[in-house]
Amino acid sequence: MSNLAVSETPPVARVPLDALHRRLGARMVPFAGYDMPLHYPAGIVAEHLHTRTKAGLFDVSHMGQAILAGAGAARLLETLTPADLNELAPERTRYTQLLDDSGGILDDLMATRLPGRDERLFLVVNAATKRQDFALIARKLPQLALHIQQTRAMLALQGPRAVDALKLLLPGVEELSFMDWRAFDYEGAGVYVTRSGYTGEDGFEISLPATIAEGFALRLLDHPDVAPVGLGARDSLRLEAGLSLYGHDIDATTDPVEAGLTFSIGKRRRNDGGFPGFARIRAALDHGPARLRVGLAPQGKAPVRDGALILTDDGRQVGRQVGQVTSGGFSPSLARPIAMGYVERALAQPGTSLRTELRGKAVELIVTKLPFLPHRYVHLRKDRT
Amino acid sequence: MTGTHFTKDHEYVRVDGNAGVVGVTDYAQSQLGDIVFIELPPVGKIISKGEPLATIESVKAASEVFSPVSGEVVEVNDVIDESPAVVNEDPLGAGWFVKLRLSDPDELAGLLDEAGYETHVQNL
Repeated sequence: MSNLAVSETPPVARVPLDALHRRLGARMVPFAGYDMPLHYPAGIVAEHLHTRTKAGLFDVSHMGQAILAGAGAARLLETLTPADLNELAPERTRYTQLLDDSGGILDDLMATRLPGRDERLFLVVNAATKRQDFALIARKLPQLALHIQQTRAMLALQGPRAVDALKLLLPGVEELSFMDWRAFDYEGAGVYVTRSGYTGEDGFEISLPATIAEGFALRLLDHPDVAPVGLGARDSLRLEAGLSLYGHDIDATTDPVEAGLTFSIGKRRRNDGGFPGFARIRAALDHGPARLRVGLAPQGKAPVRDGALILTDDGRQVGRQVGQVTSGGFSPSLARPIAMGYVERALAQPGTSLRTELRGKAVELIVTKLPFLPHRYVHLRKDRT
Repeated sequence: MTGTHFTKDHEYVRVDGNAGVVGVTDYAQSQLGDIVFIELPPVGKIISKGEPLATIESVKAASEVFSPVSGEVVEVNDVIDESPAVVNEDPLGAGWFVKLRLSDPDELAGLLDEAGYETHVQNL
């Protein structure tokens, strides 16, 4: 059989929970320079469904964490991103992207305005891009201090029972609304919690000192509703939730408008600009982008994967190429294949019939609304900025 | 020739006379994880040893299954077409893939026996 051995670039680093993953029986694989758990003995489908019904604990310590500090930090970070950061209230988090000069996405990230007199933003970026991101920010914003948090780990607890499990360790997390941030004292250590995640479920992302990460994770795993979940289910969960994965659905060749991320472009920024690639993004907003990221429902049982070409379905022998699949797999919740990809804007209407070729056979792809499964974020009040 | 023969690539063929039942091993299914779809060849297909016989789609990725021997596909397992997870549960039993009419039983001599395959897996 092909493809049994997973061998990418050799891992160069271990996460703080490495020993715990191995004790839990994880299958470890190299990912973004780290040895990471792909799945535990329960397997990807069981871990996925557990997260949708109860609570899944993810180790996301490979992601980059940093604090950007100094007068005007929010205003200055706006020169690299299209979000309204200046208006961001203390203890609120916003999703945004680092852009290049042509409006291509260098990375996507979360930015939180920290409380206190000094102006500080807490940033969480992708693992594979963190070195370039931090180098870019340090180079472009030399008047600010960038403190990379190399001694902090990060956990995500996701699912409808996440709040019940986490409030036993950190009373008060139940008061957070979606995208709220708060610092908690846990046995003398500073633990930062955002009510956010990348599964479409209610849940939390928890930044904590690496030295206490294993003890904290074990206490969460003691809860009967909490099970460990690996990268495999993290990917299927975010795909069902219609969320973009950097390096697949978004990269330097895609801009935020065609990627369906217009919601994250600030109202003021759309008029005033002042970020890289403003001309391209303004044109895409005014006239519509040439292509759009869409959901795709492959008809039949075979998953259609990243890289598959999307063709017109006009009955001719060879369809015209109108796009490409950027993420695809099997949806455990829907028990059928799902995918995302870019198609020409005229073909982006839900219900449009397209096709791809899989092992020499035509497979129909029906354009579908995203997300595939409704998000279940918890909004406790009308969101402020 | 009878008995079960294995490839280093984790396929097996269980032989009785010139009939062979082909599938993948328990090690293969455990490495693949949850299997969600299997594309099987049509009955009547003539296949040579080492050629792609089927495609397994797990939640993670697609993997090819190569035929351990040459022959003609005389039957495919409808059960795994309907319920691919049976391959995870019982790969050597109910989770078989196809039955072949062997065209060259001498090829079996080049495969591993059960003890040889176990040693191979232990050394991976």
